[in-house]
Amino acid sequence: MSGANASPSGRSHQEMSGANASPSGRSHQEMSGANEIVFTDVSKFYGEVLGVNKINLRIGPGITSLVGPNGSGKTTLMNLMTGLIRPTRGDIEVLGTRTGDPETFYRKIGYCPQFDTFPKGVTGFGLISSLLRLHGCSKRDAEDTAGRAIEQVHMTDAAHRRVAGYSKGMRQRIKLALAVAHQPAVLVLDEPLNGLDPMARAESIALFQKLAESGLFVIVSSHILHEVDIISDSVVMMSNGYIVAEGDIQDVREEMSEHPIGILVRCDNPALLARRAFSENHVVEVRIEDDGTGVLVRTRSADQLYMLINRVVLEDKMTIEGVIPIDEDVHSVYSYLIGADGAVRL
Amino acid sequence: MSKAWHQTTAVMNFEMRKFFAGRKWFFPVLLAAGPVMLATMLVLFGRQHPPNNSDVTEVFAVLFQTFILRLVIVFGCALVFANLYRGDMVTRTIHFYLLTPIRREVLVGGKYLAGLLTTATLYGGMVAITNILFHSVNGQAVAEGHFFSGPGMSQLFTYVGIAVLACVGYGSVFMLTGFLFKNPAIPAALVVVWESANVFMPAALKKISVVHYLQSITPVPIPFGPFAVITAPASVFVSVAGLAMFTVATLTINALLMRKAEINYSSD
Repeated sequence: MSGANASPSGRSHQEMSGANASPSGRSHQEMSGANEIVFTDVSKFYGEVLGVNKINLRIGPGITSLVGPNGSGKTTLMNLMTGLIRPTRGDIEVLGTRTGDPETFYRKIGYCPQFDTFPKGVTGFGLISSLLRLHGCSKRDAEDTAGRAIEQVHMTDAAHRRVAGYSKGMRQRIKLALAVAHQPAVLVLDEPLNGLDPMARAESIALFQKLAESGLFVIVSSHILHEVDIISDSVVMMSNGYIVAEGDIQDVREEMSEHPIGILVRCDNPALLARRAFSENHVVEVRIEDDGTGVLVRTRSADQLYMLINRVVLEDKMTIEGVIPIDEDVHSVYSYLIGADGAVRL
Repeated sequence: MSKAWHQTTAVMNFEMRKFFAGRKWFFPVLLAAGPVMLATMLVLFGRQHPPNNSDVTEVFAVLFQTFILRLVIVFGCALVFANLYRGDMVTRTIHFYLLTPIRREVLVGGKYLAGLLTTATLYGGMVAITNILFHSVNGQAVAEGHFFSGPGMSQLFTYVGIAVLACVGYGSVFMLTGFLFKNPAIPAALVVVWESANVFMPAALKKISVVHYLQSITPVPIPFGPFAVITAPASVFVSVAGLAMFTVATLTINALLMRKAEINYSSD
């Protein structure tokens, strides 16, 4: 980009402010179609040590979470996706571009890595504005864009202080500001909530959700499972360098047909529901809650249980106060699939 | 302004900012201060028994070829250029560059030019100041005669030019060693030994050094003792063109290495 006033992604701000224009210059409709992040048979070895192996994965828009224990290959997968490392085998394509074309590739991708290091002596604002100049921005445009990115993460007051004096949470937010500053179409965030206080976490999650709603591909790795559960549209579960499950959290849960799903039904007649549930083949356990206001049913088929509940409500005039899937979160799915020792169960 | 040049200047800008903000300037500047302090002492204490101007010229030539060229500039360039890549690896900050839409050869070019601008200014300036101070030991009238009526000005520009050429050549070498070695101090020491031993080497080996070409174009030749191997100096054209080709070749290798570079801080 030769224009001095051009934006980081190669479009003017006026162009970018158009309703359907995305930062990378594609409409949201285009992005949600053929454009995906595609891993084809990707393996990465560090010498003889396995990083990831035989990864075949397609990631679409929205928030996708990578979940797995330490050493499971999450960061390797993210480093591969962002071109910081190259696959030993296989091919990676991000929205139709590859890392061999850095001028196009890095306009589309923003990465907030785990590395908690910064050049000595720089300020948060100085770092972001300097790096935006590498995107082709003029000095003034880089400073304006850096200011807006810093404002997004609520760091304006500390922007001109040296990064060395920042708290961990502030450094995390500056990294996030740097990752989003050039308005990428794909945002890769490695443990982005580490070190953030509850307020900053909530703000960051809201920012991720806002970005995802605007059509961005947001890929988040985290070991804080309940947060992943809250923000994710889909999950990729990893263990020992392999993907053990992927998809919508509920879809993943359904993949584990041998693992019964726990569903707590709050109703006015738990004994009746318990009796009816026991007569079904898919139900493996029924337990009436101690307070007598509900019944916990473990079933291999949630759909069939829901049908049964409907029948009981219609036939026996039972009043339902709530139907709560008690382990339909990432943590329980993760525990089932990977186990505490990291051994894959599928 | 082309995109590549815009990015090159942006890299230079960022490198200079890091250089001065991160106190990386201290030792390179300290090295540059050495000859200047030596010359200042000569001015302060040498006026009581001032040497004649031709002796001053010879003493400066010896100081330049032995101390400034072979030690100060070599070590100064090692400190600046070897850190351009290795420093970023050690501080785990190279990924900031690698995540921007910049061709890696442009990144290498920008980093190299930042190092060259720094060292050429620092050591070119140091050589000029030292030379002027040396020749002012006999007073203003003698100095003016030397620089404006004698060979002084031409020698001054030649010395500064050689210092800049030294930064060009050594800079590319040390930038490469920064890529190839986790601890660039060892190759830097080897380069110093190689360049210092150059005068005692046979003609064929002499040519595989930066200092051979620089020494060939120094305005005042100096004796290196009875054990030195005397060979015909290279012409100015061969010296400058040879250094330029050598630098381009070294930078090309740098760029190729950078294109293949992966971030694996844990193994570094």
